[in-house]
Amino acid sequence: MPKKKNKKAKKEIKGQLGKKKETAREKMIGQTIGYRYDVNLLPDYSRITPFLKKYIEAMGWDDLNWLEDVHMGYEEDRPAVFDRNANGWVTIPKKIKLPNNQQDRDMIARELLVKFQMSPNHPLVDLKKAYRKF
Amino acid sequence: MANLKTTEKKTKAQSMGLHTEVLTGKTQQKFFNPDEAENFYYWGTYDVDFNKRIDLDVNDLDCKEANKKIDELMSQGYGTIVIKNPQGKHSLGVGILNKLNLIFEGSLGYFGVGSIDGPTVRINGRVGWSCAENMMAGKVVIEKNAGSCFGAAVRGGDLICKGSVGARTGIDQKGGTIIVGGDAGAFTGFMMQRGRIIILGNVGINLGDSMYDGTIYVGGKIGSFGSDAIESPMTKSDIDWIKRKLKVAEIGENFDVSKMTKVVAGKKLWNYDALEPTEKKGAI
Repeated sequence: MPKKKNKKAKKEIKGQLGKKKETAREKMIGQTIGYRYDVNLLPDYSRITPFLKKYIEAMGWDDLNWLEDVHMGYEEDRPAVFDRNANGWVTIPKKIKLPNNQQDRDMIARELLVKFQMSPNHPLVDLKKAYRKF
Repeated sequence: MANLKTTEKKTKAQSMGLHTEVLTGKTQQKFFNPDEAENFYYWGTYDVDFNKRIDLDVNDLDCKEANKKIDELMSQGYGTIVIKNPQGKHSLGVGILNKLNLIFEGSLGYFGVGSIDGPTVRINGRVGWSCAENMMAGKVVIEKNAGSCFGAAVRGGDLICKGSVGARTGIDQKGGTIIVGGDAGAFTGFMMQRGRIIILGNVGINLGDSMYDGTIYVGGKIGSFGSDAIESPMTKSDIDWIKRKLKVAEIGENFDVSKMTKVVAGKKLWNYDALEPTEKKGAI
């Protein structure tokens, strides 16, 4: 009698943010809860991108400053970074391939967030035009 | 109530009507090209030159006039402004949303340099209550001591006091780094939600009381731990990062970082993962 093939154990999906619904809570509400990445992860400065180096220099700082608190999260099954100025998530363009570790993902998130905040399409531009007093 | 029979393709959450809820931050769709912005210039801010320097004597100005004058000087491109005779006035240097080198030659009163987003500030004196409250980004260095509620509700940036600070330092902190060269009072890191505090000296009672998240590093003695604050082992990553931060802060050059105590939240009082996404966004 031929041996029964062992069913392959389901491989855990790693490095694909938001691809796997893990908790019962997420199944119940039907969406991914983003706040599961390590918000206390200290940045590894050896992985800083050239753009972020230029940004730090332009601002006159010695380190990542406020960007140390920026991490790659995910919302609605897509990787995203939270923009506190717009109070919303900025989704990462599909053409950007995400690396497998959080340190590198966080650096990408930081770079993207700074670029978004400097973009004329940032929501704050319209808000400032409408409400700024001086 | 939602009709579950007609909503086969919808998720359970949508069927329950949750999609009609106004979720802050989810209602807008904005498109931009990540390659378009390489100018390091935020819309609505002044393009200042750090090499263009000016002195501003605020002896005869009240805080409103002085802050307006700082804004005017930034609009003229001055990137380094030296404030003379601050004389402990309250609310000086608040609401600066620009990159800038701001130097105070003297002490500040209450609520100094609050709600700033970007400037590098050096204060060659003391500061009163709630210095750099709600700071978003930038760097603030205080050469002497600071009062209570130092760095209350800080959201980002580096806040450095080379002397000692009062009670409730980093209360309600939501990000950023607070560095204290001396001692800190009671309830340091009270209700802290995120970010990091480094104290090289001793701290008072109830350290990190009711903290939700974040990390506190203490070099000296701890009066007592607050509710849900627990000790955690120091890692190599912690040590490397603290050394780097102290170098940036220009303090503790010979301080033995490896012997510091790391304090984190026990997460018994609060767990972000159990929150609804909307609540979570409000908390960050």
